[in-house]
Amino acid sequence: MAKIEFTLNGEPVRAEFDPPTRTVLDWLRESRGLTGTKEGCNEGDCGACTITVSYLRGGELRREAVNSCILFLPQLHGKAVRTIEGVRGPGDEIHPVQTEMVRHHGSQCGFCTPGIVMSLVAAHSNGEQRHDDVLAGNLCRCTGYAPIFRAAEQAALVPPPQWMAEEEFPAGNGNARIPEDLDSFAAWYEANPGARLVAGATDVGLWVTKGMQDLPPVCFIGQLLELDFVRRADGWIEIGALVSINRLYRRMRGAHPGFAELLRRFGSVQVRNSATIGGNIANGSPIGDAAPALIALGAELVLRRGGERRQLALENFFIEYGKQDRRDGEFIECIRFPVQPDRLRCYKLSKRFDQDISAVCGCLAIDVSDGLVVRARLAFGGMAGIPMRAAGAEAVLTGSPWNKTSIGAAMQALRDDFVPISDARASAGYRLNVAQNMLLKYFQEDTRPDEPSSVLEI
Amino acid sequence: MRTVHKPLPHDAARLHVTGEAVYVDDIPLPANTLHLAFGLSTVAHGDILALDLDEVRQAEGVVAVLTASGLPAANDVSPAAHDEPLLAIDKVHFVGQPVFLVAAESHLQARRAAALGRISYRQLPSILSIEDALAADSQLEPPLNYRKGNPEQILGKAPHIVSGRIGIGGQEHFYLEGQVALAVPLEGGDMLIHSSSQHPTEIQHKVAEAIGRPMHAVRTEVRRMGGGFGGKESQGNAPACACAVMAMLTGSACKMRYDRDDDMAITGKRHDAAIRYRAGFDDDGRIQAVEYIQDIRCGWSRDLSLPVADRAMLHADNCYNLPAVSITSTRLRTNTQSATAFRGFGGPQGMLGCERVLDHIAFTLGKDPAEVRKVNFYAPQNTPRPDRTFYDMPVEDCVIDDIIEELMESCGYAERRAEIRAWNRERENLRRGIALSPVKFGISFTLTHLNQAGALVHVYQDGSIHINHGGTEMGQGLFIKVAQVAAEAFGQPMEAVKITATDTGKVPNTSPTAASSGSDLNGMAVKRACDEITGRLVDLLASLHQVKPAEVKFRNGGFEVGGGSYSFGETIKLAYMNRVSLSATGFYATPKVIWDRIAGKGRPFFYFAYGAAVSEVVIDTLTGENRILRADILHDVGKSLNPAIDIGQIEGGYVQGAGWLTTEELVWNADGKLMTHAPSTYKIPACSDRPREFNIRLWEQGRNREHTVYRSKAVGEPPLMLGISAFLALSDAVAACGDGSVYPHLDAPATPERILAAVARQQGVRA
Repeated sequence: MAKIEFTLNGEPVRAEFDPPTRTVLDWLRESRGLTGTKEGCNEGDCGACTITVSYLRGGELRREAVNSCILFLPQLHGKAVRTIEGVRGPGDEIHPVQTEMVRHHGSQCGFCTPGIVMSLVAAHSNGEQRHDDVLAGNLCRCTGYAPIFRAAEQAALVPPPQWMAEEEFPAGNGNARIPEDLDSFAAWYEANPGARLVAGATDVGLWVTKGMQDLPPVCFIGQLLELDFVRRADGWIEIGALVSINRLYRRMRGAHPGFAELLRRFGSVQVRNSATIGGNIANGSPIGDAAPALIALGAELVLRRGGERRQLALENFFIEYGKQDRRDGEFIECIRFPVQPDRLRCYKLSKRFDQDISAVCGCLAIDVSDGLVVRARLAFGGMAGIPMRAAGAEAVLTGSPWNKTSIGAAMQALRDDFVPISDARASAGYRLNVAQNMLLKYFQEDTRPDEPSSVLEI
Repeated sequence: MRTVHKPLPHDAARLHVTGEAVYVDDIPLPANTLHLAFGLSTVAHGDILALDLDEVRQAEGVVAVLTASGLPAANDVSPAAHDEPLLAIDKVHFVGQPVFLVAAESHLQARRAAALGRISYRQLPSILSIEDALAADSQLEPPLNYRKGNPEQILGKAPHIVSGRIGIGGQEHFYLEGQVALAVPLEGGDMLIHSSSQHPTEIQHKVAEAIGRPMHAVRTEVRRMGGGFGGKESQGNAPACACAVMAMLTGSACKMRYDRDDDMAITGKRHDAAIRYRAGFDDDGRIQAVEYIQDIRCGWSRDLSLPVADRAMLHADNCYNLPAVSITSTRLRTNTQSATAFRGFGGPQGMLGCERVLDHIAFTLGKDPAEVRKVNFYAPQNTPRPDRTFYDMPVEDCVIDDIIEELMESCGYAERRAEIRAWNRERENLRRGIALSPVKFGISFTLTHLNQAGALVHVYQDGSIHINHGGTEMGQGLFIKVAQVAAEAFGQPMEAVKITATDTGKVPNTSPTAASSGSDLNGMAVKRACDEITGRLVDLLASLHQVKPAEVKFRNGGFEVGGGSYSFGETIKLAYMNRVSLSATGFYATPKVIWDRIAGKGRPFFYFAYGAAVSEVVIDTLTGENRILRADILHDVGKSLNPAIDIGQIEGGYVQGAGWLTTEELVWNADGKLMTHAPSTYKIPACSDRPREFNIRLWEQGRNREHTVYRSKAVGEPPLMLGISAFLALSDAVAACGDGSVYPHLDAPATPERILAAVARQQGVRA
């Protein structure tokens, strides 16, 4: 039986995993009796189960908040884990975040509190002070958040305690079959195409916790560091498939701030720490937010099977709902798009701003030269069974003067580009209506850049 | 005062932040504990033709499977009406109704097995919406009408009339800790139940029925809940009974916690409603008469729907003196989850209907909605002849004028309203809106007999104090408040008082911790128990010193008699040595309340709690996206028992109320299946949704004119309704998109989609 090694609150752990899809939350609560970590939703949406997972990358300690309810035990291999039981100091001392939570009345029923503390502890040790963002993945039903926010602000004035400065990492390597070498993984996967690849498990986790599925043989690819890169090469920006959404967010802030802002609203900190860009694309969701942005940027995929690679325009990867152009044993190695001036604007519409799934996600890039539209890439999620471009509206815009009349005509044309559905998130009519309005919004923002356009700017 | 009125932290705050606080799911389990899950109905209405559970029985880890026919005794988990079986009998009435029960060796095994049941149905026509139920005349009881004067006649002659309809969505409680229970079988067939329940006595009662034993054979213990909000007043009965029955049949301890999706599919939510109204008023906006029809969607069984719908009626006046009124309430039976208690208990729906009327009147007259509200307020307290509500209760404690005046001043309402209008004229896509709304909320159970509470207080030989009462802790801070009362009564420091889990073996026949009454009732009961013990100590010292009891002075935690003084500890030792009992019960029954719910006359409430909020919002007219920019709140909690706890209730209540009316949308599909059954699809406010600027103050003059515990007022429910101001502000922002001729008629929740459609109506476009 395969074994993995990690540390838990500083103590080395060698754990057998059978099945490999045992969640960290269940293991903590049921096998270790560590009941401070709570189950609130069992799908990564409430944050009550938040723990921190630390690892070394280039000698640097990274401590990240993650949802333990949709994290599989093998994903901890080689890492250092802390739970709420592991953040207090020696004796009676507690973490500054805990002290301030008490002082500011940040808990009422207390059930979300350990998860909130863990999110704040991770942010505190990373010097992160955008507390709204830090807490977007932690639901609290009692307090209205204001006292928690005040606690976070006060705790930020105190340096991290000495006992949080370091993490103990496991000494040995265990004997788990977790690939660390890209070429041998590629060969293995070509020979074992029935395996289920798991990177961050933020989607696959739910197949287990909610779908209660028995998965085929699982291969955890999260440790393939060769696929964790963002680089500029030959006029392209190349993104390895295993770059986490959070890392990509940090890397996109300069070149494409609109894309970065969209990534910031992707799930929550916990989800973004686990989820990968490759996973987001490979699962083929019609409402995965990265795809429309990347399509608007003209991205292509590099797919690999064994030693063989091919390129594919991202929009052609999505064939129909639930079906992608990926052959057996083939995996996404990298996503790349041309270096370009930033003409991209992204609009994510959902009932709630943070940690919500898009009703419509529109990502528009319109190049204008001498008052004429020379190229328009209008990509949408939530409007069809796959992420899709508005071909008719693009055709109307291209070559037209950059004015409100052309926008009006493109908005008209967009009506024929999509036949969206009605569901719990929004009606078909609303989807179509706001997709049209996004064109107008783009035009107004482009031509009146000083006028606030989003309610988030007020 | 040494301990009451102090802003002490929640008694369990340190346990919360360290993860040490124990919830039911955290209790160490006896060996061989079984884990339970329900198999659920997949149709909204149907006859069960066949149950094929072979695969369930054969699934890994499964120990037992039960259907209705295998239950040992009563098959009922309803609070009173005996209309809600634990497991469906022959018929199912909504998607999500428990049909069978699985016991397995692990939680996951039980869930996996429960999904394997094959049930065949003959589907019957289902009634889902308010419209369906009205068309089919599907009602739990005949419509109720409360009235005063002759509104029909006055409406015929009124100078101005508005009429309309507001659709009001329900609300999922989304307590972070889902429903959970643990049953431990004891000797002789007795049963210990750990439950996450606001109503331990009802758990005891229903479990006793389910296992066919007297109530004395069952003991329920509740240390704390991870949130309740009304969702654990009756909804904990099913898992507790399931565990007890399975524990009885297998001899093993049994635990059941609903997976979140199951929880949302099975349990009731806030009642959604539609309120139709017609109001007549004069040129100043003074209301002459109002007619309301409140259609309340109750779901498939009674649960608590009748008193919920009653309370909606009783809040149709909010703070306003309605000279003539008729309120008709229908209690609609539908094939959906049985709607249940939720913070406000119908009051929010009734109050929102009323506030809609005031808003509509102000819009029609082109007046400031705050001014129109003012001319309609009940006469302030100390008026020689107080106004009477339509249900004939004198409003003797009205303080809303003072609160509104102070709030409007402190938040700069008038200047900001003018500034917002100017700002809106300069904007292309964005519009801001501002609104004020007041709250008057009736405090007491309308089911009068529930207004009672018991307590048990022990003082040990070392002077330490153990308190127990019938109230439960769900995060609202009841335990710390009551402990403050006990410490105050004995003049002892907080550390001397031990707070203990609610336990039906210590205090019997408790009422649910609901109706905001927890500290009023239990605080008073504990105080009486403490005073009883103090009285015995006084009597003892009087007899030892051969003086009258009145000559013994008790102050600052010590006794003075005959020139000498005794500390509390010394007196306790003395009492023990003199064989004086140091344990006492306390009992409290709310005075003055009397209520005839059919006639709609009487005094259902001991008093009213008041408050007001001003909210400012911004909307995007191209997308319907919106934000609460600022909220200012002034709220009356009487003389606060604990200002920190009370501010927390107000802050959280506002956000929960605003969530109800904005992002929280429940969607059922055409087959009656709830499509928003997890936090992925049902969106309660997140951290960034709280108002960017959030100013909350307790009203400093607050003092309950009734003799409540230390003159405090209840605070649990009233602040939720402050969130109505956010909804009205959104309506104001929508109205700013038009020329003032089209009233927005926004329905709740005001999702981006509804706001965009309302904006389109302003622009003359039919969405």
